[in-house]
Amino acid sequence: MKCIIIDDEAAARAIIAQFCSRYEEFDVVREFDNALDALKFLNQNSVDLIFLDIHMPGFSGIDFVQSVQNPPKIVMTTSCTEFGTSSYEYDAIVDYLVKPIHQERFDKCIEKIKRSMNLSLQKEATANARTSDNLYINIDRRLIKLNYNEILLIEAKGDYINIKTENKEYLVHTTLKKIKDKLHNDSFLQIHRSYIINFNKIIDIEDNSVLIKSNVIPISRSNRPELMKRLNLL
Amino acid sequence: MKETPNLNYVDEVAGGDMEFRQKYITILKEEFPQEMNDYLAQLQLGELKEASLIVHKIKHKLNSLGLNDGHSLAVKHEFELRNDINLLSGEFTEILRGIESYLKTL
Repeated sequence: MKCIIIDDEAAARAIIAQFCSRYEEFDVVREFDNALDALKFLNQNSVDLIFLDIHMPGFSGIDFVQSVQNPPKIVMTTSCTEFGTSSYEYDAIVDYLVKPIHQERFDKCIEKIKRSMNLSLQKEATANARTSDNLYINIDRRLIKLNYNEILLIEAKGDYINIKTENKEYLVHTTLKKIKDKLHNDSFLQIHRSYIINFNKIIDIEDNSVLIKSNVIPISRSNRPELMKRLNLL
Repeated sequence: MKETPNLNYVDEVAGGDMEFRQKYITILKEEFPQEMNDYLAQLQLGELKEASLIVHKIKHKLNSLGLNDGHSLAVKHEFELRNDINLLSGEFTEILRGIESYLKTL
């Protein structure tokens, strides 16, 4: 994890750098005695974390937070507590260290940063999953890629689900609820407690059933309104 | 009892790293006299707000040298200077002189 330290006092920078040196994953790539030089550096380079002193002459730490584009995680450092509340108004700020900083408090800060970084990574992964058009299913320890467009319908079968595609069927050991949570795609709709269908594959709807290819799928009373709402009815 | 500067905090941060300990002492020896001179110069000029900024910087060093009472005094002094009040410069300067002498022994 690349870090920079911004503090007008060399003594304060040395202490933070010393604490960071105890963590293998933290690499202090640069130190700055003023925030403007750090801003210039960040225009050309990216870092994961900034230790930032609030109280600096001319251009303060808060000025810096307000100016930096796409800020990485920031830990504010200062000798006074009066800026604490206002500094948390900025999303990038993950913690606030009051000098003199002690090892125990620094360790807690690192834990907080790691948790915050993990959350960001998870959010990113979820976002990627949502935008992906594929789903991987585990069949006999092989991960098989299915494109959402291939799937006609998914049927619950006890502890398994049966995924029907145009040409093939896959029996997967999971529940309909779990697969529903994974299908981040507007094309899919649960129309019965045992069936999720690909909305785009409907051939026709008759009374309380839907025809998809040669499969007649029942529509439950509770799911019918949602299905009807989605139809582009004349 | 009058408190005296010490390196307990520096040793805690160093955790046995003598290279860091020496580096920190060197930084103190370089930064502190300059800050002290700047503070005294601003006082002489009657620039109390400027002096308050330097007190703010020095505050951290008082803490790191174990001068907790000195730090409390600095907090009050900084606040007063920011409001154009100078009642504590004598007491504060005495603390600074103490640090100056101590750093010469290191």
